[in-house]
Amino acid sequence: MADAKELKQVLTGPILSNNPIALQVLGICSALAVTSKMETALVMALALTAVTAFSNLFISLIRNHIPNSVRIIVQMTIIASLVIVVDQFLQAYAYNVSKQLSVFVGLIITNCIVMGRAEAYAMKSPPMMSFMDGIGNGLGYGAILLTVGFFRELLGSGSLFGFQILQKISDGGWYQPNGLLLLPPSAFFLIAFVIWTLRTYKPDQVEAKG
Amino acid sequence: MAKNKESFARTLFIVVGLCLICSIFVSTAAVLLKPTQQENKLLDKQKYILEAANLIDSKSQVTKQEILDTYEKFVEAKVINLKTGDEVTGVNADTFDQQKASRDPETSSVPEHDIASIKRVADNAVVYLVHDEAGKVTSVILPVHGYGLWSTMYAFLAVEPDLNTVQNLVYYSQGETPGLGGEVENPVWKAKWKGKKLFDEQGNVAISVTKNPAIAETPYGVDALSGATLTSNGVQHSLTFWLGEEGFANFIKKARNGGLS
Repeated sequence: MADAKELKQVLTGPILSNNPIALQVLGICSALAVTSKMETALVMALALTAVTAFSNLFISLIRNHIPNSVRIIVQMTIIASLVIVVDQFLQAYAYNVSKQLSVFVGLIITNCIVMGRAEAYAMKSPPMMSFMDGIGNGLGYGAILLTVGFFRELLGSGSLFGFQILQKISDGGWYQPNGLLLLPPSAFFLIAFVIWTLRTYKPDQVEAKG
Repeated sequence: MAKNKESFARTLFIVVGLCLICSIFVSTAAVLLKPTQQENKLLDKQKYILEAANLIDSKSQVTKQEILDTYEKFVEAKVINLKTGDEVTGVNADTFDQQKASRDPETSSVPEHDIASIKRVADNAVVYLVHDEAGKVTSVILPVHGYGLWSTMYAFLAVEPDLNTVQNLVYYSQGETPGLGGEVENPVWKAKWKGKKLFDEQGNVAISVTKNPAIAETPYGVDALSGATLTSNGVQHSLTFWLGEEGFANFIKKARNGGLS
């Protein structure tokens, strides 16, 4: 078992210093699609965390037995199975959210974060550390999703987690919602702001000018 | 070991073994969770039907048991044939799936005037009769659907027993632009439908989703959604189609002549 310092690095590193969305710029597609509300963003983040953690765990468990020639297919099979199971669970226990997330749960299969962590970390690390790495990356992904979702829901619908904070004009209040924030492209701007803030705070993340 | 790992037989063994384990894992989950999922789907539908009938408030939290009890007590589902307007016996209204039936050539046909862009229409449809405590019909709920801007939009249209006055139009599945076309689910817009008339005195479909404020004031007009012309047109087309000859017209005629008991 690795020491506590390494464990902490694996678990919290992906949140700020090695964020899958902000630094590695992976998984942007779903970050645009599911962040118009906090609730969907949260469930999506949890679903992705579960899939990444368990796929890392299983792949790491059998990493010494996976033949190199078919390793990508083996990884995909494990990831796809986990995604289907997660989707089935959501349909059974969080039906409303799963209706809103629709195809995006299924599309976790193609989310680069899951595959990226399996290939880059789980294939050469012990199971427990791989599991933690999956959780860490899920948290990093979730942190960005929730940040983006916070601004999109607050400014786009005047609410947070469905609770009305700013009364909309259409409901007799004063707030004129910003329609752009309800549309996926707005997440591009927000993610860009997040990356900007993060790289100002941690200048070592700035890519070298080629 | 390392050399052995890459051999053909071993690769095959790993792949087949993994597929087997994964398929057992996935199918177990699917089979075990299926009853809960179907219950959810049914419950979701019943919730929207009750909302259309004004039996529950969409904003307040209602428990699962309340939905089931209220539905059981007040709502009666009937399968009807769209061409004749008569009730069809031998089809279970709770399990009848209109979407599935409309894909099967045996139980559906291509509409002649496909104004709502729905491509195929099932021969049968389910209508919901809502009773009060005394057993008198208080509203009739007709399922309607049609294409908007991006998606097929599904709704329940609740009307008074005169089958002319609208009580509610509740959209329960749509993929229109959030904030624009997605406002079909906005309570303020939905409230505009209450009391509107679907048919004029000659019995023609008269309801119109319009941008003209003068028409929107009349009993036959509803203000269109701003910034969502194509979605509003989609709503109009859905209603025109489903209230017309290829939709519920025959059922409505028969029901008006006392077929609602």
